[in-house]
Amino acid sequence: MLRVVTVYPDLLGTYGDRGNGLVLWRRALARGIDVQLQAVSSDTPLPDADLYCVGGGEDGPQQLAVERLARDGGLERNVASGAVVLAVCAGFQILGRSFPGPDGRRVEGLGMFGIDTVRGGDTRAVGEVVVEAGGRVGAVTGFENHAGHTVRDPGIAALGHVAVGIGNGDRTDGALQGRLVGTYLHGPVLARNPQFADWLLSMATGDEALAGIADDPSIDLHEERLAAASRAR
Amino acid sequence: MPDALSPRDRVALLAMRAVNAGSRAARRGEGTVAGGRVALRVAPDLLDHLSHARRIALVSGTNGKTTTTACLSAALGTLGAVATNGTGSNMQPGHVAALGAARRAPFAVLECDEVWLPSTMDRERPEAVILLNLSRDQLDRTSEVRRIADAWREALGRFDGICVANADDPLVVHAALESARPAWFDGGLVWGDDAVACPRCAGRITYGVGGWSCACGFARPASDASVDGDEAVVDGRRVPFKMSLPGEFNRANGLGALLAATRMGADLVRASAAVASLDEVAGRFSQIEVDGRDARLLLAKNPAGWSALLDLVGDEETPVVVAVNARVADGHDPSWLYDVAFERLKGRRVVASGERWRDLSTRLYYGGVDHESVEDPRRAIAAAGARGQSIEVIANYTAFADLKAET
Repeated sequence: MLRVVTVYPDLLGTYGDRGNGLVLWRRALARGIDVQLQAVSSDTPLPDADLYCVGGGEDGPQQLAVERLARDGGLERNVASGAVVLAVCAGFQILGRSFPGPDGRRVEGLGMFGIDTVRGGDTRAVGEVVVEAGGRVGAVTGFENHAGHTVRDPGIAALGHVAVGIGNGDRTDGALQGRLVGTYLHGPVLARNPQFADWLLSMATGDEALAGIADDPSIDLHEERLAAASRAR
Repeated sequence: MPDALSPRDRVALLAMRAVNAGSRAARRGEGTVAGGRVALRVAPDLLDHLSHARRIALVSGTNGKTTTTACLSAALGTLGAVATNGTGSNMQPGHVAALGAARRAPFAVLECDEVWLPSTMDRERPEAVILLNLSRDQLDRTSEVRRIADAWREALGRFDGICVANADDPLVVHAALESARPAWFDGGLVWGDDAVACPRCAGRITYGVGGWSCACGFARPASDASVDGDEAVVDGRRVPFKMSLPGEFNRANGLGALLAATRMGADLVRASAAVASLDEVAGRFSQIEVDGRDARLLLAKNPAGWSALLDLVGDEETPVVVAVNARVADGHDPSWLYDVAFERLKGRRVVASGERWRDLSTRLYYGGVDHESVEDPRRAIAAAGARGQSIEVIANYTAFADLKAET
């Protein structure tokens, strides 16, 4: 059985982030995969799973979430045994070594990702984003709203090149490290990007040839959002 | 009332009237914002002067501002004439327009945008502020809710007037505790997901039957106003309180207005009757007819509002049209669609509509809600049911405004 867990929706769910777990669950179901979706709140031990979705949050909740995750240890344990993680926005930051806290001071992250996040410029990065991820994933459309800039260690790949928007702050967005996937495209990024969702499902199930889904409305949404972003450019 | 207006202010008001008359004639709406903006450019201190010697109450919060403003205006109307921005133009130009249009009214009840509350308090020096709730709303254009709560807190630390606040919302309490004279009402918490981490210590708030508390000692204050069946209990006194407006959240808004009105000197019994008899607020719960269908329009602007409205939709036989736009006034980011439990519409006839119908249709698909999609909301209403049928229409801000404007 494929186990999908949404991590701490009570703390890391500012932008409809729970949508990512929902998308993965339904797309797995549509392929006849035996799948279970759990939303696990921050007062509960994190269960073992194959695929974790970590969402975004405001500064205070973000700090509480990192403390809980560090104490829990479940996420790191499962990643060590091969679990896939999609971490967006604040969730992406807390998987790294460090990020700025509410008062601007450096806060220790989980240290799973070879990245550090520092305070960006005076203006927040807010708006539509297009990331050229290449390969099976292709163009990824989403929305960002964050202040941090993220610096990857040498040798850590980005999710892709930023065609529209800000992302990490160096014309790239996110990071890829083993089975960890991070991005600034917040909230339900998988809802707009069926190809991205299926790539994660393939990674988690080992099935590289997932069948198409009949009447999948998100294919149309994906095209429309890419077109809207290129018009606005 | 002593008139505090300078000659420049008077010119500004004349300019405002001319602009408003012009935009009404051009059918560009009420024109209150455009006129107010021009007036403020002519006389930057106009708002301060129009507020002088007036008894002002400011109503702010993520949801329920317009309804609470209407309730409090009705309640204070038992004491005297009330100036109010009933159309929801809740920033300073709208306030100038409302105050300028009712120069002799001794009272004013003004709904105020959450972000603008601190600076508006500095200029208008209100007698009372009513704080309803704070939850995620258009995060792409306002700041995160905790920053707003902290800004409120700072402003309230300098405020010695009446602060009527929702005891059920930890972010509101965090701010209101800083004021000299807080008064608490049972305002409810439709949306708890922005109030899990304690605003004081970033620990975890626990919710129980008696309210909420954090290990650091921050806890729900005791209420001065609550609802008990068809009665309200305000400062220990009972009064009949059966609202005509639908829904529990409107009752909570009415209660906050009632507490504020009595603290400002209104008679409890008369104020309660005035609040209870309100039955329509700026068309927010009104019926329109579209091609022979009876459509009830419901406005929802953010996850908390949508949750409250999904409780309100009629029986399972009633089709539902959902219309979503993402213009500036709606917020450009429709990520919030995944914060709303649209799954509750399962089993009904549902039509997805509005400029962002593709986002909505995808959301409904992932929620397992069978639906049709029709981009134009009026056509969607026609597609949702036969002539003579009742249809629920839930729309966000500009989708709602467009539907209202076309009738």
